[in-house]
Amino acid sequence: MSDSARSAAADPSGPVPTGPRPRRRVSRGNVMLYGTLIVIAVYYLLPLYVMVVTSLKGMPEIRVGNIFAPPVEVTFEPWVKAWGEACTGLNCDGLSRGFWNSVSILVPSVVLSIAVSSISGYALTAWRFRGSETFFTILIFGAFIPYQVMLYPLVILLRELGLYGSLWGLVLVHTIFGMPILTLLFRNYFATVPKELIKAARVDGAEFWTIFLKILAPMSLPIFVVAVILQVTGIWNDFLFGVVFTRPETYPMTVQLNNIVNSVQGVKEYNVNMAATILTGLVPLTVYFVSGKLFVRGIAAGAVKG
Amino acid sequence: MDETGRPRRPLRNLSAKLAMLPMILTALVVFVGGTLWTVVHSFTDSKLLPRLDWAGLEQYDRLWSSDRWLVSIENLVIYGVLSLVFSFLIGFVLAALLDQKIRFEDTFRTIFLYPFALSFIVTGLVWQWLLNPDFGIQSVLRDWGWDVTVDPLYDPGIVIYGVLVAGLWQGTGFVMCLMLAGLRGIDEDIWKAARVDGIPKWKTYLFVVLPMMRPVMVTALVIVTAGIVKLYDLIVAQTGGGPGIASEVPAKYVYDFMFRAQNLGQGFAASTMMLVTVAIILIPWAYLEFGGKRR
Amino acid sequence: MAAIEIRDLTLAYGDLKVLDRLNLDVREGEFVVLLGPSGCGKSTLLDCIAGLADVTEGQVHIGGRNVTWEEPSARGIGMVFQSYALYPQMTVRGNMAFGLRNAGMAKSEIAERIDRAAMTLQIEPLLDRKPAALSGGQRQRVAIGRALVRDVDVFLFDEPLSNLDAKLRAELRVEIKRLHERLGNTMIYVTHDQIEALTLADRIALLRGGIVQQYADPRTIYMKPANLFVAGFIGSPAMSMLEVVTAGGGTLRLGETVIDMEGYDGSVPAEAGRRLILGVRPEHVAIGPETGSDRSARVDLDEPMGSDSLLWLTLEGQTLSARADPDHGLTEGDQVSVRLDPARASLFDAETEIRL
Repeated sequence: MSDSARSAAADPSGPVPTGPRPRRRVSRGNVMLYGTLIVIAVYYLLPLYVMVVTSLKGMPEIRVGNIFAPPVEVTFEPWVKAWGEACTGLNCDGLSRGFWNSVSILVPSVVLSIAVSSISGYALTAWRFRGSETFFTILIFGAFIPYQVMLYPLVILLRELGLYGSLWGLVLVHTIFGMPILTLLFRNYFATVPKELIKAARVDGAEFWTIFLKILAPMSLPIFVVAVILQVTGIWNDFLFGVVFTRPETYPMTVQLNNIVNSVQGVKEYNVNMAATILTGLVPLTVYFVSGKLFVRGIAAGAVKG
Repeated sequence: MDETGRPRRPLRNLSAKLAMLPMILTALVVFVGGTLWTVVHSFTDSKLLPRLDWAGLEQYDRLWSSDRWLVSIENLVIYGVLSLVFSFLIGFVLAALLDQKIRFEDTFRTIFLYPFALSFIVTGLVWQWLLNPDFGIQSVLRDWGWDVTVDPLYDPGIVIYGVLVAGLWQGTGFVMCLMLAGLRGIDEDIWKAARVDGIPKWKTYLFVVLPMMRPVMVTALVIVTAGIVKLYDLIVAQTGGGPGIASEVPAKYVYDFMFRAQNLGQGFAASTMMLVTVAIILIPWAYLEFGGKRR
Repeated sequence: MAAIEIRDLTLAYGDLKVLDRLNLDVREGEFVVLLGPSGCGKSTLLDCIAGLADVTEGQVHIGGRNVTWEEPSARGIGMVFQSYALYPQMTVRGNMAFGLRNAGMAKSEIAERIDRAAMTLQIEPLLDRKPAALSGGQRQRVAIGRALVRDVDVFLFDEPLSNLDAKLRAELRVEIKRLHERLGNTMIYVTHDQIEALTLADRIALLRGGIVQQYADPRTIYMKPANLFVAGFIGSPAMSMLEVVTAGGGTLRLGETVIDMEGYDGSVPAEAGRRLILGVRPEHVAIGPETGSDRSARVDLDEPMGSDSLLWLTLEGQTLSARADPDHGLTEGDQVSVRLDPARASLFDAETEIRL
């Protein structure tokens, strides 16, 4: 830089920028922008707010008050009732049974589906053979086939395997339908791992499973976390498979919730219903708020082209 | 010299082939096999049990002369078209708003997206409560002195719009997220070039950025549409298909005929029609996507 | 130590032949560089030697043993990659131990070998770090160390320096050369960088389209390129190619100018009127003040390159470059006399592109 240029930059009495000074912060555009965002945010938050306040009111208060009003008298009785006493048909042991059913469906389903899909994704990236991509393409197209088309054949299949109505039958169903998106997720992720790494491992004498377990899996923890988030929310929120492939004693939480709220018998207890609804939504919501950006990455995974 | 020690082909990479077996079985047995099985059985008069007694197109005749099916299709079309239009419109606007380098972007995004983490059952039940004519929004507005009617869930003419509101609340955040990812994928230099050329921001969005986001748009379209065809849980939770049959949808038709009415043939025919619907959307997309790659 | 023989090696994906009936002999302890433009098959050839690519036809022998269908780890090779390919979740020590552990070696032996290799490469202070905490040069050193601990006969390098900046590249190049001199292993080194090839190699195999164009020592490759492709690929700035016609009696005609090829080490066709291409390297073109009798060329452009200057000349309507002293004092449009050294030029057949 020449001397004159440097002095011009340093000297405040040097050339002055012309034109209107760009305004910061509280411009009209900004007020509009944030105003709009806040109004929309309120709209999105309102149902959650209503759920919570309703669940904390007594029935008399609900009958006279309005749904947006905060509870005059906070009561946790609806929560207790929803968890332990609410009735579906003749059963009156609340949502707790559905909760534990969901947990015992969730854990093996998540583990098995991720194990199977990650290995498939790995084999697809690192150990292709003639035709392997064709099977993968079929798998991806299968993700778009309405489940309804495959429901009954699966019922027959599970019946033949002696798994229909059992926990493991449903686990298998979740594994099958989780496979397209998860395999895509893992395949795309593993594809970003340099091929040379796998070559190096092969020169180092590692075979198929060693490369996966010792090299690839440990360096891919983030994508496993994404997969867990995806599967936990997906499987917890499932309704259709739960209703088709389990018996009433083993109904998952969503099915039981629907049965409690939409049961025609008895007086409607809206506060209990809302408490039950929150309880059911609590697991995926917790996962969502804790995982933050990883959740976003999970749902965007399907949209990233591979 | 001959090639000694060359391993036989099928035995090469045996572990990899074994590892891919679950995927291959899923693809072939469940996806291809299951679909074919259902399509084939839709041409039979199966009732309680699946049987291969051919009935030609009888099930389809019955299906398309059933009021309930016609209502289901009409509902799906209304819900599908409006849901696509609004979720893309709102989703894109929200994404564009979040893309203005604003503060608290993460907070806003978290708020717009959280309903997507909830199940359709939870969504349906919340909105059933919000739209409850005696205690919900209608009652609040009337308390405030406005004599309005906000009672979609008990009005057969507009019940599907009540479901639409709930569906949009749940799913718009997802579209927004994809759009935002698309916007972030656009080269910063495009914005610089547009500013240098003096193009207003909204014009840049509309005429420059939007066309560049075509791949994300198409993918989002396919995913959202495939989801719409599967619409089931939301209806079950929010309206149960009622009042009467006013909010029935094809997926519910299938379920009810297969597992409740013990009329398998109808269920198979209806689900085959769902498959056809998806195929109509999917095949042009696949053609564009994979036909384009070959070029 | 082991010699390598490659016999009629073909690797094809459908109709696309990446390697086409390729033959190559590498002597024990030799440093061979596989050189060529991207897509020429040099890395694929290396993968075939390593056992990382499925050969379509032909054989690979290492140390007299047919290893065509052996697993990579059973071939007695160590390999170093362009992207270093270090396992990110393992420490440097872990990276170097991985292969040995897979082979079931005793812990004490592993530790001993790692210490020895670390000393050789001066990476002892890095042993407990993860790859992410290392610089590019350090990573490549570790990658070499990982090959070193395996105590193998053959080292394979796949563009090991391409991801490094120019200065580090020069440093590590010297180090690899020293390593070879010390260990005396057979080394095969893939690169697209001709400087690396010319400085490191005992012999260079120049590949194009899966076929070896020339396999010779660097001096021969540089001075006597087997064909036009080799001549154009090797040398920077590039060799000038002049279209000439034989004029009988060992002379060539370049436009109006007659060039006497006395001293050329190949054969100049006796018959007149045959079209040939005369290749001359810039440093073998001597320029001087115009005399009137010598061939006269016009100066088009001067490219100063620091130590010397590259002059672009027009001679009989054809372009020719000459290396000159940077203080030549010539400007565009000046006329200069040009002298070509026949002993250091190359003549190619215009049709077959092969050196005569």
